Amino acid sequence: MRHEIRFSGFGGQGIILSAVILGRAAVMYDNKHAVQTQVYGPEARGGASMSAVIIDDEPILYPKVTTPGIYVIMSQEGFEKYGAGAQKNAVMVLDSSLVHSRPDCTCYEIPATREAKETLGRDIVANIVMLGALVAATGIVSESALEKAILDSVPKGTEALNAKAMKRGIELVAAAGKAQP
Amino acid sequence: MTRLEFWQGNTACAEGALAAGCRFFGGYPITPSTEVAEHMAVKLPKMNGVFVQMEDEIASMAAIIGASWTGARAMTATSGPGFSLMMENIGYAAMTETPCVIVNIQRGGPSTGQPTMAAQGDMLQCRFGSHGDYSVIALCPASVQEMYELTARAFDLADRYRVPVFLMADEIVGHMRERITVPDKVGQTPRRELDRGVLPFQPDADLVPGFATFGKGYGVHVTGLTHDERGYPCATNPGVHAALVRRLVDKIENARTAIADYDIINPDAEQVFVAYGAPVRTVQQVLHDRPDGMIGFLRLRTVWPFPEHSLKMFKNAKVFFIPELNMGQIAREIERHVKVPVVSLPKLGGDLHTPPELVAALEAHR
Repeated sequence: MRHEIRFSGFGGQGIILSAVILGRAAVMYDNKHAVQTQVYGPEARGGASMSAVIIDDEPILYPKVTTPGIYVIMSQEGFEKYGAGAQKNAVMVLDSSLVHSRPDCTCYEIPATREAKETLGRDIVANIVMLGALVAATGIVSESALEKAILDSVPKGTEALNAKAMKRGIELVAAAGKAQP
Repeated sequence: MTRLEFWQGNTACAEGALAAGCRFFGGYPITPSTEVAEHMAVKLPKMNGVFVQMEDEIASMAAIIGASWTGARAMTATSGPGFSLMMENIGYAAMTETPCVIVNIQRGGPSTGQPTMAAQGDMLQCRFGSHGDYSVIALCPASVQEMYELTARAFDLADRYRVPVFLMADEIVGHMRERITVPDKVGQTPRRELDRGVLPFQPDADLVPGFATFGKGYGVHVTGLTHDERGYPCATNPGVHAALVRRLVDKIENARTAIADYDIINPDAEQVFVAYGAPVRTVQQVLHDRPDGMIGFLRLRTVWPFPEHSLKMFKNAKVFFIPELNMGQIAREIERHVKVPVVSLPKLGGDLHTPPELVAALEAHR
């Protein structure tokens, strides 16, 4: 079955890397098919960033996301541009420390940036907290596949921090529960 | 043996080139092709190869021509404005019969246009962009897997026919990441050396001369001027010029069938799509969603020389639909070869045709 996941935030948060890690987890460790695409402009950083992943058991033909079933939103502008139109049956994981709007669909409010800064000491791993939360909320890939893909993708010396960030995201989903619309 | 990877198209292109024995890259970075150069810059020095960041795309093209004459498999990668700058030296490569591979990850034009958005607006430029008459080969990948495979094949074709070969990809295929099965080894057909005692531009029966590699003891003069079989300028003899240019064209056009690479799906259909590059993926989705066999599909991997014989396989065709990320560049070519209506489905701006858009076109012409 085809699953479409859309990530959005601002440039510099690691939105594209998050999508690459998720696609990598699905292909390399869950033996599925995945396509990752992105939208970006000529700017170096800032602005709304969007990246998308499609995961399927079958080869993926049309490579672009049309009606995402899952959203990971990490900025207010990203919500307005890429998340506000979420369909009622979608699932959204949003960074409640940065996004004040709420969607009409099932929503997991994860204070990822605050947790990354205060509990983990580095706000740069907020995107990995969100990935942990995404997998706990949706099971879109297995936890072990996600962990391996994260460890493949992050700079040497930061593996323990990133593994901890992922675990923190999983815990936050258990703590938050889901907010129904 | 093979291995599984989750790669970006541009990475697969660079890896395909390395697997095919490419050991020289001369280029100038430009979005959305830059990752090809980045990957080559990391890998080539570790593989006894050479990476040179040139001052511009004019020089990049010149550098790969020079490298090729030393016997190296040589490549550059560019997009939009860089491709335009390469045109003069592409003509030089065609005239001097220099094997080389030019990767164009097409973006929106004209001019600087849309650096980060996909297009297929350079399909006629790659065929006709340099002055004078000549022929080239152009391949169009539609997946990360094909970015690897067609780049590797481009080197064999360049050596076989002594011609610039274009990998005409687009930003969608270049930048997307997907699952790819990477072979341990890619077969290579080496360039045929010139036989001793034969003039350096004296063709064989297939119209392609053997190659007089620099440094191997051949006496060879290489010029963009009209030249005789010795390679010496002979620019005012109408017969020599006519024969040379005709051979440059014929050596490719006569090999159309051997170079052609396409799939024919549902050849009995009355409504037929023809596509290359990223729009292939939309057509594949439409066919997948309507498995009744009523829609034909000619899916091209070789666009130049145009495999016109492939169109004849659709004997019942009543209409051809051509979705392209341009204003109908290949639709115009197809019109030359068929007697039934050709419906151009242009899409500009960087987005890919959606499946409903193509289904709407089918309905409108039913």
